[in-house]
Amino acid sequence: MAMRCQNCDKPATFHITELTDGKPHELHLCEDHAREYLTSSSNEPPGVGSMAAALAQQMAQQMVVGQTAEELAELDQQSCPVCGITFYEFRSQGRLGCPHDYVCFQGQLEPLILNVHGETEHKGKTPRRCASGSEKRTQLIRLRREMKEAIDAEEYERASQLRDDIRRIEDEVN
Amino acid sequence: MKPQPHENRDLAVELNDLAQSSGEWLRGSGPEADIVISSRIRLARNLAAFPFISRATELDRTQIENALRERILSIEASGKLLYVDIEELEGVDRQFLVERHLISREHAESQGVRAVAIDGLEKFSLMINEEDHLRMQVIQSGFDLQSVWLQVNRLDDLIEEKVTYAFHEQLGYLTACPTNVGTGMRVSVMLHLPALVITRQIDKVFRSLQKISLAVRGLYGEGSQAMGDFYQISNQITLGRSEHELIQQIGDIVPVIIDYERQAREFLIKESHENLHDRVSRAYGILRTAQTISSEETMHLLSSVRMGVNLGLISDLEIPAINRLFIHTQPAHLQKLSGVELDTSDRNIERARYLRRHLNKENGADGAEKN
Repeated sequence: MAMRCQNCDKPATFHITELTDGKPHELHLCEDHAREYLTSSSNEPPGVGSMAAALAQQMAQQMVVGQTAEELAELDQQSCPVCGITFYEFRSQGRLGCPHDYVCFQGQLEPLILNVHGETEHKGKTPRRCASGSEKRTQLIRLRREMKEAIDAEEYERASQLRDDIRRIEDEVN
Repeated sequence: MKPQPHENRDLAVELNDLAQSSGEWLRGSGPEADIVISSRIRLARNLAAFPFISRATELDRTQIENALRERILSIEASGKLLYVDIEELEGVDRQFLVERHLISREHAESQGVRAVAIDGLEKFSLMINEEDHLRMQVIQSGFDLQSVWLQVNRLDDLIEEKVTYAFHEQLGYLTACPTNVGTGMRVSVMLHLPALVITRQIDKVFRSLQKISLAVRGLYGEGSQAMGDFYQISNQITLGRSEHELIQQIGDIVPVIIDYERQAREFLIKESHENLHDRVSRAYGILRTAQTISSEETMHLLSSVRMGVNLGLISDLEIPAINRLFIHTQPAHLQKLSGVELDTSDRNIERARYLRRHLNKENGADGAEKN
């Protein structure tokens, strides 16, 4: 059963818990009212970063609406094959783990990005160096992580193999 | 030629020199400098071959730092860059760089290998291993976003000649937080708006800015109170608009706010001249005679004095001198300038002494020169 926004008739897609005098206070808001709530302030101006982070947090949580607990858990457990971060970890800290997350979490990130920026297409500057070899760079991130894991697991032979791979690719991209 | 990192002793000397001076952005010059303190643009960039900071190992951070240090120090800059290893700094020195707007609070307080490169005029600052691998900013006094953009864009081009940034065809520059993706650009203009505060119109201004997705922050950014009636206005959207469009939006809105502030000042001069003059004179009087004074009170009073100078109610002080006092009376600056660590109550005494010394000049006009 969809919950209604406490300020209007739209479905509540944001569920915000505020601590007032140390007591939790629940707010259920639609997107418009959530944005208004998160961007308005009574006395002091909101910090852009903290507000953006709060917004991102709420946006990320918004996606869970309409999904079952299992679907949600599954979504949260999804991890990036390159850096290993889970979507849950991103949701809780508001920071992604590597450039590849934008590819592997694309489905989850797109609504969030659209909500924050109102757009999903970059319109600005492009680096002059073309991004050829970007797959190899992504591979480097993954191999370095695997090497560290191998070292931590005392699998030194594997680690040294990985180190050779890393050096080879580093030479190729540099 | 291989760039050499600074020796510690040199760094201490350089930081002390820095404390004695003041950045270009406090010069109080440039267009609309009576109201616009500074124009600033920062770009967030990440290296394609490394994880973002939250997943970076110590080794990753070291390699990122090496790659960026080498690139940054090899750029033929107009002057020498001061390269600072943040991890090695004392707490007071980190705080000092924050007060100076050369690093963020997050950069000062986080852990692990991280650094900042600063030019002699303090216009350029490049933070390495902050929230993103590289955050470069150009800050300049007065209202001139175009000039700031040209400089930061050029810097970005120069760095990019030798490093490969994480870039996605559809999403643009990839950043650790999706709120910065796209241009990775934040444009900020810092305004001094005392008359809008006195006439209680400032909230109206905020509300209208928020409606068009612009953010308002205090002097020291996120979560900081609007101390001294300073407000930074900046974009929140970074994707789907070109750098030029983002700059233009702020560039169009700032003159409107400047105009409101001027109207409010005119109103105060016309409608309550005595009250205004009294407020300014009392503020000046307290600052010149107090024996102990907090940072908050200092900012509050300096704000009135600054407006008083702009309106011709005080004639023996100049704007650059007041701009400097706002920064030099901050806690870490006071300790750097006096050369000793001070607790809060000692700082309040030292701050009052510093203000008396700089505001009670026998010859008046030259304000805050040495001693």
